[in-house]
Amino acid sequence: MPTVWGQLRRTLIDVSTNAGSASSDLLVVGGGAIGLAIAWEAARNGRSVRICDPDPGHGASWVAAGMLAPINEAHFGEDDRLPVALAALNSWKSFAAEVTQATGQPIGLREEGSIVVAYDTDDRVATDRMRLFHASLGLTATELTIAECRKLEPWLSPDIAGGTLVEGDLSVNNRALVEALLRANELCGVEFDRRHVSAIQLDTTGARARGVIFDDGDHANADVVVLAAGTWSALVQGLPAQVVPPVHPRKGQILRLRATAEQPQPLTRSLIALVQGSNVYLVPRSNGELVIGATQEDRGFHTSVTAGGIWELLRDARLVIPAIGEMEIGEMAAGLRPATPDNAAIVGRTEIDGLLIATGHGRNGILFTPLTAQIINDLIEGRAPIAQA
Amino acid sequence: MSDGLKTDPLVIAGREYSSRLIMGTGGVDNFDLLSRALIASGTQLTTVAMRRVNATAGVSVLDVLRDLKIDVLPNTAGCYTAAEAILTAQLAREALETDWVKLEVIADERTLLPEPIELVTAAEALIKDGFTVLPYTNDDPILARRLEHVGCAAVMPLGAPIGSGMGIRNPHNISLIVEGAGVPVVLDAGIGTASEAAQAMELGCSAVLLASAVTRAKDPIAMATAMRLAVESGRLAAGAGRIPVREFGVASSPTQGRATL
Repeated sequence: MPTVWGQLRRTLIDVSTNAGSASSDLLVVGGGAIGLAIAWEAARNGRSVRICDPDPGHGASWVAAGMLAPINEAHFGEDDRLPVALAALNSWKSFAAEVTQATGQPIGLREEGSIVVAYDTDDRVATDRMRLFHASLGLTATELTIAECRKLEPWLSPDIAGGTLVEGDLSVNNRALVEALLRANELCGVEFDRRHVSAIQLDTTGARARGVIFDDGDHANADVVVLAAGTWSALVQGLPAQVVPPVHPRKGQILRLRATAEQPQPLTRSLIALVQGSNVYLVPRSNGELVIGATQEDRGFHTSVTAGGIWELLRDARLVIPAIGEMEIGEMAAGLRPATPDNAAIVGRTEIDGLLIATGHGRNGILFTPLTAQIINDLIEGRAPIAQA
Repeated sequence: MSDGLKTDPLVIAGREYSSRLIMGTGGVDNFDLLSRALIASGTQLTTVAMRRVNATAGVSVLDVLRDLKIDVLPNTAGCYTAAEAILTAQLAREALETDWVKLEVIADERTLLPEPIELVTAAEALIKDGFTVLPYTNDDPILARRLEHVGCAAVMPLGAPIGSGMGIRNPHNISLIVEGAGVPVVLDAGIGTASEAAQAMELGCSAVLLASAVTRAKDPIAMATAMRLAVESGRLAAGAGRIPVREFGVASSPTQGRATL
């Protein structure tokens, strides 16, 4: 189980070989999916890039499920973000193709869409309400009868009350993605500094970023610094209070099951279920893994897995797909999403020259990975960004 | 006669609140939206589930309440036994430095109805331990009386199951509870829309506690405003002395007050 904070602390002892001050065009603080994607694109733009992360790829992006389903993230009062979320989804297919082309590593992009299932009649009322809301925003989702749901996904329980098909939703194997992005960065000559960044270093005027300071007191310089350290971005020192991104950890517990010879992968597309008022999602992988998530808990920097958290996931998942009871437990983990007060991501320039921020993506970090990388690199290269997140 | 503009304050265990709307925070993960809804509701006391919140860690809903200067009423949501509820209340007291607790002991997660025996057991133990206990109870006048007898500072009967939005299913029982109570009666759970909050106040309740009706509404800020107004109207109407219900119509101006043509 990746206890991210623990790993940050532990790897401090294992200071990397990049001792002494160094300089690069771009320094990315945080090697999660977003930091890696930013770094990779910058390297492809001809920049010299360094990523600082004690354990790149193993934070929230590693724990995530990789469901790319923006419509279901469109909630009442947050519909103004929908165009950006749809743009994020649209950027995915070409991004996935580029990652695989550059590395030869497939990342498990699935295009079967997703199915939203209501478990009982109360849930049906709630999902119908959301479907009508989404329709009012111009989004198309097809209402399904119980029989149609079960024709699409034969392992669905006959007890469900109805469903909706969302074509166009995608999913990606987030771990394969992270591994491919690590490889892509290596191939482009991006340097990895496996030390913990304690502070952003500003110049004497305090108006321009010069680089970063590591826990060991050493520093590294860069023309541009991108702070993309997820929920830990708020802990980085050296910045005026108004520049520190208002992110806080929102814990998510998540479960990975494995298909067996007796119980094959029960799903062909992502399943989003409302079960007696409780939300659960199941994301199938072609390798037989079924990812079930996720709790949402504001409990600070704790990544413990609890009996109750896992039980809730299993309880709800088993009601909609009874056959999961026959699968093997692969892994139980908890990660920390960078949550913001209004659930909108923080991507762009800051009042500090040469400092950009890319964090606060909450539940949607993987979805926003390609778009965020593009926006940040457009800003670095002085192009007008294609979207404001 | 009052000036008809201001309602009298709510007093629970010596604390005074000008707002008679107590809010819950369940059902929102957007703190910005939550904080705007809380402001619109005018609430001065808000209940927070201790099971999903670590009071000592980072940013949480508690910071939102602190910024808005709203009193925190920790609750024991998710507890099924007196033992769990007592422990949760004690942890909340330590973390939040308040000895007030909204006591919830749930019988099963399908109905979320209170477990009466465990509830009374927990209430007694917590009161003995110095807590100010506000129990979430069934709409049962006898149970409500028992809770008052063991020393609860208020009784909080449900209108309908938590989150159901079914309104007040047994208004007669709520009236009986109000009639028999020597402590404030807070209608807790079941409210779906503003008229039901007004109804609770008209039935004589001292306050209304609600969460989902606002947090799960399409427009939480508009609904919070509606609830604030409904609670105020219901309180004023309850004190204004409604007309008796008649079998047949009676003209409002039979002889006096007519305009002379």
